[in-house]
Formats: sequence, structure tokens, C-alpha cells
Amino acid sequence: MRWIWIDRIIELTARRRCVAIKNISLAEDVLHDHFPAGPHQPAQPVMPNTLIIEGMAQTAGLLVGHARQFREKVILAKISRARFLLPAVPGYTLRYTAVLDRIDDAGAATTGTVELIDPARGSTDLLGEIDLMFSHIDRNRKGLSFPDHNFVFTDQFISLLRQSGIALDQGAA
Amino acid sequence: MATTQQEVYGKVRDVLVDALGVDADEVVADAQLVSDLGAESIDFLDIAFRLEKAFGIKIEQGELFPDNVLNDPKYVADGKITDVGLAELRKRLPHANLQQLETSRKVDDFSSVFTVDALVRFVQSKLAIAT
Repeated sequence: MRWIWIDRIIELTARRRCVAIKNISLAEDVLHDHFPAGPHQPAQPVMPNTLIIEGMAQTAGLLVGHARQFREKVILAKISRARFLLPAVPGYTLRYTAVLDRIDDAGAATTGTVELIDPARGSTDLLGEIDLMFSHIDRNRKGLSFPDHNFVFTDQFISLLRQSGIALDQGAA
Repeated sequence: MATTQQEVYGKVRDVLVDALGVDADEVVADAQLVSDLGAESIDFLDIAFRLEKAFGIKIEQGELFPDNVLNDPKYVADGKITDVGLAELRKRLPHANLQQLETSRKVDDFSSVFTVDALVRFVQSKLAIAT
């Protein structure tokens, strides 16, 4: 199964910020199971906010992992804040911007914004704000043990970085 | 100008409201972070990060919440904190009230030492060192 909710990294400044984009496509099955409607919104296929959070977690998680050259197993530990202003509809592009607020041996905190880009008009609107916390789980195991290999940053993520032109050895702390 | 206790308490309250999603009126001096305010382990890291930002201080890992002490067999035996363990906690947590823990010695009671008041004292001690 491919569990990757970003299409391309367009910027990765080590230990500072990571920007990624995702194109929302009607070809994605998940949109055909999710038709929210509201007083001012007719029923339409919409990317679920939970998956938008996952996209931010992947963007910010890569930033956190990159900061220590992917030696740490970086796990999403807490959604500190998530606020959504617009529906994420097909035919548009999401732009995730994650900023590294703090990192230490135990984990990291990030803040982030999600923008909705309309390719037809070239306009960009703020879709949401998502702040996250990550745990370096080998440092917080408390009696638990985890596999030696880094099961978080799979080949899918490493390939994504390479395809985006990101050098893997830029993140030395 | 020195930060007053009331100002420290106000900022600590704001940190806990944001980190734990509690109401401001729940953040009273003797409220325990775990049992009263629902904090979980990752929240302690979140609180430490937010305190750093709010007060411009640096908190080393384990300084505010030394969770590694109770994993050390030197300090814990049969689920109870040893004399050496208690002495270590007194040294590492001068800001906390260990009275309940000193009586019960139960590891399960460890979280009781982390109160709002203890956080305020911790921040005050850090600010005093910084100035």
C-alpha cells in the first residue's frame, strides 16, 4: 500500500522549513467516499481533513527526520492544533509549509500552514493551520523496544526526496 | 524588570490551556497535570517547549520531568522508590512537592508531584538564574 500524501517537496531548508505540494485528484478513491455538505456547501467530493493532517505530518516529519539525517525514528505524537477554513476539492493543489520550532533528543515541535492553490486562477488561499509534535521513539521507549531499521522513513519517502532533488546528507545536526 | 509570581502564573496557565486543551479556570495552583488536567507523556515535552518560548528560557531534556529516574533499578525496587531514588528526585526536582511521594513511595504516585504550582516554581527558579 502506498501511504504517501504529498507529491513533491519543493523546498527543504535544513532544520528550518519544508514545503511540499499535493495535487488533489478525482482519481483518488478516498474522495469518492467523502461527500460532506453544510449550510453553505453542497455535497461534493472533498479530501478529508484527517488526510490533510497526514500530509502535514509527512511534510513536517521529513523536516524533522532530515535534521538528524534520518537516524531517528520520527513518530507523530500529538496534533497540537488543527484549524480548517476551506474544503480541499479536486482540481486544486495543496501547499504544505512546515516550520521547525524546536528539536531535541526527545522530539520536535512544528507549526504549519496549508494553502489551497487554484491552478485556473493562480490564486492561493489559506486552507488551514496545523501544529504538530513528534517523538524520537528510540529516546522515549520507556521499556519498549523497536526494530533497529528505520521503519518510518521507507523507500517511498527516500525516493520522494530524491525525485524532488533533495540531497539526503544536508541535515547534519 | 523582574517577572512577578502572578505574571509567571498567568503565562504558565496560558501554556497549559494551549497544550492540554483545558479551561483556564481548571488551572489552579494545586491541580495535578496528569490526574486533574489529563496530561499524557508527550504533553510534558509540549509543555517544556511552550515554556521555553513563553519565557525565553532553555529547558534541558529531563530537567522539568526527569522520567529516566524511575527506569533505573538503583532508584526503584518492587514498584517502590528507594531512599537513594528519593534523594535523587529531591535533587532533580527542587521545585516539586514530594510529600505524597515520600509517604507512599509508590512509582504510580510519581505523577502527583507535577502540579501547576511546581511548574510556576520551576519557571521562577529558571528566571532567577537567567537574571
